[in-house]
Amino acid sequence: MTRTSPVIEAEGLDLTFQTNDGPVHALKDVSLTIGKGDFVSFIGPSGCGKTTFLRVMAALEQPTGGSVTVNGMTPDEARRSRAYGYVFQAAGLYPWRTIAGNIRLPLEIMGFSRKEQDRRVKDVLQLVDLEGFGGKYPWQLSGGMQQRASIARALSFDADILLMDEPFGALDEIVRDHLNEQLLALWKRTGKTIAFVTHSIPEAVYLSTHIVVMSPRPGRITDVIESPLPQDRPLDIRDTAGFLEVAHRVREGLRAGQSHDD
Amino acid sequence: MRSALAVLTVVAALVAFWYAACVPMNIRGTLVEVERAGAQVVPPGAAQRRGMGAWGLIARNGFAVPATWAQERPRLPAPHQVAVELWNTTAMKKITSKRSLVFHGWVTLSATLLGFVIGTGLGILLAVGIVHSRVMDMSVMPWAIVSQTIPIIALAPMIIVVMYSVGVQGIVPKAVISAYLSFFPVVVGMVKGLRSPDAMQLDLLRTYNASNAQGFWKLRLPASMPYLFASLKIGIAASLVGAIVGELPTGAVAGLGARLLAGSYYGQTVQIWSALFAAAILAAALVGLLGLIERVTLRRMGMA
Repeated sequence: MTRTSPVIEAEGLDLTFQTNDGPVHALKDVSLTIGKGDFVSFIGPSGCGKTTFLRVMAALEQPTGGSVTVNGMTPDEARRSRAYGYVFQAAGLYPWRTIAGNIRLPLEIMGFSRKEQDRRVKDVLQLVDLEGFGGKYPWQLSGGMQQRASIARALSFDADILLMDEPFGALDEIVRDHLNEQLLALWKRTGKTIAFVTHSIPEAVYLSTHIVVMSPRPGRITDVIESPLPQDRPLDIRDTAGFLEVAHRVREGLRAGQSHDD
Repeated sequence: MRSALAVLTVVAALVAFWYAACVPMNIRGTLVEVERAGAQVVPPGAAQRRGMGAWGLIARNGFAVPATWAQERPRLPAPHQVAVELWNTTAMKKITSKRSLVFHGWVTLSATLLGFVIGTGLGILLAVGIVHSRVMDMSVMPWAIVSQTIPIIALAPMIIVVMYSVGVQGIVPKAVISAYLSFFPVVVGMVKGLRSPDAMQLDLLRTYNASNAQGFWKLRLPASMPYLFASLKIGIAASLVGAIVGELPTGAVAGLGARLLAGSYYGQTVQIWSALFAAAILAAALVGLLGLIERVTLRRMGMA
């Protein structure tokens, strides 16, 4: 991959967890460059290390070998400088805070002024299409709306990088389609760099500029597919030949990774 | 409506059982009294009756059964006797009177509340320390558990004597005993509550580069509130027990404990039972009040 300004660069990354059942090789010799403004999906069966890789970028896990930089810094420096927003599989909103209060949480922690907090909360609520829901409590919102609120929370402090760990994994197909469309629009509007973990092939193909196919035991990258699809992607692009071709290649990559140990 | 009926049925059954239990418990004393008053008792003379079972006496002296519910100093007072005593010593007495249960109740309540505040504060502080420091977790928690295995009835006199020797007396020693009993549920509940946020919540704060203090105030403390209230309800009841026990070994002249003690010295079972009921009602009221505060607080926090 040759792109001008790399945002995340991993080189020969290794990570081995020591567990009671012996060492688990979660990542083996993973090298990848993510450029500015890319939308990169990580796809693979469970245990392939896609979430672990994302957590390494976020400095939530320490690699046991190799190097990784985020915005030219170590992941931990990037975390300290609040270079990324992280979205988890569960919305994880505080039940005792309203939606606006939840979005305000990182802003409070980072010491934004009250006025600035209000402005940003208003902005990101608009960005995820939740205007008018700021005063509601999480339990008053549907699962999809809660996840949108958690994305708004990750966007509120305007980090350049968005790390998303199966954010729509727990939602039903219809809601997921809708959120995919919204996420794509949001990405286009904000120009953020997004790393997105998923186990859905259509989701990965629909959203990404680059699809990273991974396989388990040990977790490694088997293929990196640069999507030929145009920037503008209505939902029905998924029925076009171009889309199906990319999806086919992803499926091939997943199959190739699996045959390795079956 | 159905549940009200069920509750009333249970209460009625308990009261009926209580009245029934009064008969065999009190029959001997009652027979002595009615015999002295001139009634014909079978067999006559307390010495003759000594070897006989209570049920046999009841079968031969059925006429004396109502009198078992109206003795001056019964072994087991009947429900209405306790109720009348309760009414007479609360509503019918000035609250400054030494015979007023409201007065005695207040003496115990004030020690209970002071001890509860001390115990809760101490419990929360210890829990915060235990959650944030592994050393404290390993050094304090075992002692907190050991402290609760010592019977309070053995410890209370020592606390009072030791504190008296350094010149502390009155409400404080009782409050210390209350605190000793009430800090423990608060420690256990708060440790659990402060640790209740899951790994994802903690990771989220880590991605914000939040400090430990921010994590405490914004996540751990609010998340622990439901646990805190559960602990407080146990703690306040334990506090009341502590205050009553604290009144026993000193021969205190005031307080529900003192009423219990005086009642047992002078064989005033009605007084003992009414003091017991006063304590139970007080405990129920305190727990109920905390439940109310819990509901309002958690609702305001959007957690209930």
